[in-house]
Amino acid sequence: MADTTAHLEAHATGHDAASHHEPTGWRRWVYSTNHKDIGVMYLIFAIVAGILGGLLSGVMRMELQEPGIQIFHGLAAMVYGVDGDAALDAGKHMYNVFTTAHALIMVFFVVMPATMGGFANYFAPLMIGAPDTAFPRINNIAFWLLPPAFILLLMSLFFEGTGPGALGFGGGWTIYPPLSTTGHPGPAMDFAILSLHVAGVSSILGAINLITTIFNMRAPGMTLHKMPLFAWSVLVTAFLLLLALPVLAGAITMLLTDRNFGTAFFKPAEGGDPILFQHLFWFFGHPEVYIMILPGFGIISHIVSTFSRKPIFGYMAMAYAMVAIGFVGFVVWAHHMYTTGLSLDVQRYFVAATMVIAVPTGVKIFSWIATMWGGSITFKSPMLWAIGFIFLFTVGGVTGVVLANAGADRALHDTYYVVAHFHYVLSLGAVFSIFAGWYYWYPKMFGWLYNETLAKLHFWVMFVGVNLIFFPQHFLGLAGMPRRYIDYPDAFGFFNRISSIGYYITFVAMLIFFYATWEASRKKRPAGDNPWGEGATTLEWTLSSPPPFHQFTTLPRIESTNAH
Amino acid sequence: MTGQFLTKMGALSAAAMALTPTFAAAQEETGYTAGHPLPGQFHLQRSVTPIMDSITAFHDGILMWSISLIVALVLALLVWIVIRYNAKRNPVPAAFTHNTAIEVVWTVLPIVALIVIAIPSFGVLSDQLTTPDGERKYLGSNIFSFGEVEVPAPELTIKATGQQWYWDYEYVDQGVALTSIMMNETDRTATKPNQPRLLAVDNELVVPVDTTVRLQVTADPMGVIHAFAVPSFGVKIDAVPGRLNETWFNARETGLYYGQCSELCGKDHAFMPIAVRVVTKDEFAAYMTAFQAGDYNAGNATLAAVQ
Repeated sequence: MADTTAHLEAHATGHDAASHHEPTGWRRWVYSTNHKDIGVMYLIFAIVAGILGGLLSGVMRMELQEPGIQIFHGLAAMVYGVDGDAALDAGKHMYNVFTTAHALIMVFFVVMPATMGGFANYFAPLMIGAPDTAFPRINNIAFWLLPPAFILLLMSLFFEGTGPGALGFGGGWTIYPPLSTTGHPGPAMDFAILSLHVAGVSSILGAINLITTIFNMRAPGMTLHKMPLFAWSVLVTAFLLLLALPVLAGAITMLLTDRNFGTAFFKPAEGGDPILFQHLFWFFGHPEVYIMILPGFGIISHIVSTFSRKPIFGYMAMAYAMVAIGFVGFVVWAHHMYTTGLSLDVQRYFVAATMVIAVPTGVKIFSWIATMWGGSITFKSPMLWAIGFIFLFTVGGVTGVVLANAGADRALHDTYYVVAHFHYVLSLGAVFSIFAGWYYWYPKMFGWLYNETLAKLHFWVMFVGVNLIFFPQHFLGLAGMPRRYIDYPDAFGFFNRISSIGYYITFVAMLIFFYATWEASRKKRPAGDNPWGEGATTLEWTLSSPPPFHQFTTLPRIESTNAH
Repeated sequence: MTGQFLTKMGALSAAAMALTPTFAAAQEETGYTAGHPLPGQFHLQRSVTPIMDSITAFHDGILMWSISLIVALVLALLVWIVIRYNAKRNPVPAAFTHNTAIEVVWTVLPIVALIVIAIPSFGVLSDQLTTPDGERKYLGSNIFSFGEVEVPAPELTIKATGQQWYWDYEYVDQGVALTSIMMNETDRTATKPNQPRLLAVDNELVVPVDTTVRLQVTADPMGVIHAFAVPSFGVKIDAVPGRLNETWFNARETGLYYGQCSELCGKDHAFMPIAVRVVTKDEFAAYMTAFQAGDYNAGNATLAAVQ
């Protein structure tokens, strides 16, 4: 009898050891099927790409600090070994390459990997009480497709773009033909297309994995309507990815065949239409901006609730506002195309549809405020980032309402007003939500506490810096300064200088961030399971910090209705 | 902590608010007549057409007021929350999670606000996209009216073609054309030193004042997309290869009005400005006669030299 028990126990242990085998060294990361390890790799990837994308914009801001061309002809001279007018021409092209690369890197290799790759992979399964994602191997390939995609994009910078002596693709992240077809005959654009294809496959696989996980692997008792809002935001975003990215894939495949295989989808001389591409691109592109911001909405909801020590206000409205934003986000794309010559009726429709988005967005803003209302708020660094997010996202949101009106967009289209608007929702919205999430979950992910003073300093310096960069750009846009200009009439000098000073301040903020992260990893102050106290009610805080390699071997059971 | 938060948030919003409703006023007071941006300008460029009048009224009026109020409201609520509901002053959090009445209010009120914005928005938009027939009345500055500005039917048709990287203009019915290229700094300082850098061109497009001009815009069929824009006219329309886009303007003041290419078109995107010179009808007639008899330079010679 005793033997049997011992045998059974041995067997159980053996079995346990086999299925819970914890790989070590490079195998743990390269072969990883663990959602937390993959999530961490996504975050590291986003940080590395973010450094590059941020430096590119730094060179652009240095160039724009004063009227005239001061940086890029010298840069071109260094790269190509040319001088005089040749260096000037190469420099002008290089500026366009920088704006394009900055945008593509920030969108596809920083914000998306950080939110849907990093935080969603790591925390969506924890929040729904799942041991891992539904398709761990798909998770692995989804991540490992990203580095090749990024390398393809970086390679594109070093291949011929418009012609000899002009490397890289400089047609903007919107890759409109004919500039991206006949306008860039060199292979740089083909590399960019392949990069987007690979990144797109990665995102689609990730989306399939997350949708399946959230639909099928919620802990017993956790109905969709008890599911934490971050999981809701990930679910909605994953659907947007799944529906939008194939359209981009189709559009860029058509570009590829137009470029290389004699098709004429977008070639007017052969009966094609360049505007068709814009419709396809923005059918993807508009949902894409919600892909970048929706996970942030989820993160902010949890932080606001945690540090107010109060449940989310209007949970159902919050969840369905995201569903509504995701849905309406698919039927507003041509508001990016008001100047292309769309008919009056079409423009009227897109004005009306676009303005509708303000309603669910308003519901979210007011519900966050109502969550804090009556709370007992502690202003830890994640909460500072969250409150900063709410305010800055509001600013970016209301300028969106201005631009939604085709009549007003006539004056502002393709000016710095648009640049200011989308950086307020992305650079100050999405990025603030990423930092909020970072400081909120850092203790959970790594098991250490960061230095709270440094984290707060990072927030304040960055808050001042980014506002200084982007607020004056509204004025430049109103005064008529077009986007994607390497040089501008002298009248625009004043606000451009302020904007560039803002960049330097933001740069200092990023140094503080890296120092704070390094300091936390050096000091290794143990965080404990839940450093945030009773306000943090979601399941990840019931686990150790960092969580065990495999969690929830016994599934948690969600009993009451206050799971959120 | 709280004070710090307040100061910084407050300063930003105060700056935003202070600038808001003064846009229109500032425009009056400075009394500038330039058809180009001025140093440190933080508002729309001066309007000389009924279309830009309506854009200015729409933006500086209802849009600026409503977005400023919303931002101020959110900021005020956040500030109040920071002051009133911090852990020190409010050690015990409330537990409410729903309030149907307030949720209905903050859903319905924005809808009402958007409808109020949409009414002039559709009017402003319809004006822009409807070429005058001589009978239709336009909104002008009074965007909440049913239209009170009379605009004559087009008397002149101009076709603008975007090239890499300059503009071709054709007076379609007169059968004459010109090419307009940005002046380099050497030429500009020598011949047109009073014109702004990057905006001055060799040949300006000349149009008559108080005349509705039908503007057809396209790009070289083998070229790329550009966009024709003149801020003071409230005109911005893409120049797309293989498409002929149409818009219109009716400038009420003589002068020189500048715009810049507004769709990324390659390395010299920033260096293909648009310069429209509005002259009196008599001057235009003389200019056109000389142009048709000779060339652009002959026509241009009938006008006072641009400096």
